[in-house]
Amino acid sequence: MARARRLSAAGLTLGLLAVSSSAAAQTVAITGATIYPVSGPKLEHGTIVIVDGKITAVGTKVSVPSGATQIDATGRWITPGFVQTGTTLGIKLLESGGLLQTAEDSLVGDVNAAFNVSEGIDPASLTIPVARSEGITATLAVPSYGLIRGQGVWFDLSGDKLEDLLVKSPVVMVADLSETGKGAGGGSRAGSLQKIRRALRDALEYSRRKEDFRRGQMQPLSESAEDLEALEPVVKGQLPVLALANRRSDIENALRLAQEFKLRLVIWGGAEAWQMASDLAAARLPVVVEPLTNVPTFDALSPRLDNAALLRAAGVTTVLAQHDMAHFRDLRQAAGNAVRNGLSWDDALRGVTLAPAEVFGVQDRYGSLEPGKMANLVVWSGDPFEFSSAAEHIFIRGRDVAPVSRQTQLRDRYRELPPRF
Amino acid sequence: MPFRCRRQGVIHLLVFSIPLPLAALLNGCARAVTTSAPGTAQISAERPQYASTYQRRTSAPVLIRNATLLTAAGPEQQHASILFADGKIVATGADVAAPPDATVVDGTGKFVTPGIIDTHSHMGVYAAPGSPAESDGNEGTNPVTAQVWAEHSFWPQDPQIPLAVAGGITVIQALPGSANLIGGRSATLRLVPARTVQEMKFPGAPYGLKMACGENPKRVYGQRLNGPSTRMGNMAGYRAAFIEAERYRAKWDRWLKTHSGDPPERDLKLETLAEVLRGHILPHIHCYRADEMAQMIDLSREFGFKIRSFHHAVEAYKIADLLAREGIAASVWDDWWGFKMEALDGIPENAALLERAGARPIMHSDDPGVIQRLNQEAAKAMYAGRRIGIEIKPEQAIRWITANSAWALGIDSTTGTLERGKSADVVVWSGDPFSVYSRAEKVYNDGWLVFDRADTTRQWKTDFNLGTGAPGVGR
Repeated sequence: MARARRLSAAGLTLGLLAVSSSAAAQTVAITGATIYPVSGPKLEHGTIVIVDGKITAVGTKVSVPSGATQIDATGRWITPGFVQTGTTLGIKLLESGGLLQTAEDSLVGDVNAAFNVSEGIDPASLTIPVARSEGITATLAVPSYGLIRGQGVWFDLSGDKLEDLLVKSPVVMVADLSETGKGAGGGSRAGSLQKIRRALRDALEYSRRKEDFRRGQMQPLSESAEDLEALEPVVKGQLPVLALANRRSDIENALRLAQEFKLRLVIWGGAEAWQMASDLAAARLPVVVEPLTNVPTFDALSPRLDNAALLRAAGVTTVLAQHDMAHFRDLRQAAGNAVRNGLSWDDALRGVTLAPAEVFGVQDRYGSLEPGKMANLVVWSGDPFEFSSAAEHIFIRGRDVAPVSRQTQLRDRYRELPPRF
Repeated sequence: MPFRCRRQGVIHLLVFSIPLPLAALLNGCARAVTTSAPGTAQISAERPQYASTYQRRTSAPVLIRNATLLTAAGPEQQHASILFADGKIVATGADVAAPPDATVVDGTGKFVTPGIIDTHSHMGVYAAPGSPAESDGNEGTNPVTAQVWAEHSFWPQDPQIPLAVAGGITVIQALPGSANLIGGRSATLRLVPARTVQEMKFPGAPYGLKMACGENPKRVYGQRLNGPSTRMGNMAGYRAAFIEAERYRAKWDRWLKTHSGDPPERDLKLETLAEVLRGHILPHIHCYRADEMAQMIDLSREFGFKIRSFHHAVEAYKIADLLAREGIAASVWDDWWGFKMEALDGIPENAALLERAGARPIMHSDDPGVIQRLNQEAAKAMYAGRRIGIEIKPEQAIRWITANSAWALGIDSTTGTLERGKSADVVVWSGDPFSVYSRAEKVYNDGWLVFDRADTTRQWKTDFNLGTGAPGVGR
């Protein structure tokens, strides 16, 4: 709490220095809503106060500061902004048609540990306002292809330039232990692991003998110095590995690898993770689950819709995601379906808010509605997982971002036919 | 086999009094009854070929009582009952008595809808687990392959099928893919456990023809010698094919009238296109952009055929008035967009704007995941409409996945609504089907309980599912 207050005070000072002209508009009080802070029980008829981008108060007995912009949210629901994990939001638009000019999510090559997607983020990407309109306020964007694909970054879905929206970079090192990584591994899963082990061993070696490396007093290493440098925080257990693994044996391989190299591991995909839920719980390994995955593939022959529910029941930290291009906006539908298939509503909400913040190390600023945290929150007309509800106010870093997108403009243009061009 | 088939055809013609033009559309099975002239040479269209061997399972009458009925043929009925027997709906309403041998299902708190129909599925032709060995949806060897039939690729043991059944799907149109300008014939199938596709073929359903506009054909053929590599090349390709088909049709029509001399040579490709020109096969066209749909309408005018529906149609809202005027249905997703250039302008209000304009919106899947949740697609689209002041009621939105879909497939006289005399294609939902939390609890296909969430013996697994560690469906 003390820390939160300090953070908040610092934020206030900075805010005043930076933009004094709109200082009055920077205090917002949202009143009357049912608040789901995630970090604690829900509050009926609660008030949230936002000052200069940060939450300063949340509660049922909070008074509205004088001069605050007040939003009456009686009957509405307030949750933290949702986080979409493992997307190409902001770094890619079109998937097919060979339009490379819309894709910034991959490099040529199999091991690209030094590749960080942040400078490929386009704050003006058409995908961002669409995701935002569904209450998604931040994303963990990741590189797409290769074996050690590179670094994922966490950013907010509002801002004019990278510095305005980047939250943490890097957040994870992405590795592919699944079917899709096989090609880069030479054609076999065992080959993938062999190549990853070699890179990790060399990263350790490099880390221990940088001076020898500089003087050329070492056998050649498997990857470039730049990539090995990027793997250093991974082998030191500082930067988690987001390991794409769906088949049970792939998840077990990931576990083995993590033990061998003392890695911090997060399982991504985990379609068959339900089969080893207690092992994952015992190893304290979080899983990023796509709740709508249940069609068998040779990557995972027995996926099931209650994967998230079974993992949670065993005590596994479960993050919910819906990453693919055509459906990234449907995160709340995916979370709702997880509930439909047995996950508790509270766990589903946590899975798209606080759980990813904790797993990816930004829980000091994100994931819940508490004083000192970034004011990323959504005022919903009702249950956020229900189709009948909509995001009415989307706050990102304390700014009430209008739910306007190219799609709403198209809709308004063609509402009456013929359109008035 | 032909005999049973013939009998089925008769039954359908009598019971549902299918109007004559539709009778002419019937597939091989019923056509044998209606049009074959003994003693004369037959063109394929008159042969009892590739017949449906579908047989309805006998089961005890079922009465579902005290449920909310969304019949897709009228207002929502609360605290109502539905009775079906011998595969047919007998009665719906407040006071329906159960025959002594009826199974009575307590529908308190539950919703009942018609079985859901997906107009656009690649199940069976792009079966799971996806592999080149099971990739049978695109005959990508020529931009015009009207000669291929989706049913000849269809694998009835595709493990995706029971997953769709658990989502309330009773009928699909299985389509060839969209690599080709003219991809081939579709198959309208009942999703019942079966060993052969023939056992799934919907008796009396007309064939559809899959065509495709835009990016896909020109991407697939753009690097090949004869293209097409442009949209104008696409257009020239359709036109060349139908010019040939016109000639073929005229030759055959002349011969059928006179029966003089040897019949003309059969050409499978042109035979299918000639049937489109005769109005016996329903064209379904994969088309994203509004301007391209208008081009295709021009094409249909040039050759005098009627487009039954556009599929995907992400820009249908831009020409909702035109589609309403032309009587062309639009099968759409709720909110797919942005995955390619021609999908850039997709908006969630598409279906609602079509409905308001008096057009015929349908929610389709084109996807083994989305097919399991077409009710949710309809829900998203309904609420997107309401948010801009288009008051879509559940009784309307349910038609987007049932009655309208049945119309597009030409089977609306048999299924798609909960009305007396229609097939007992019925889904019992745990609650409001437009809530994210509701699930299909029981699915009856032509009266046969093909899925029961409470009874693992009524949760069919395909052969492929055995031994793979796959859990029961509907999890």
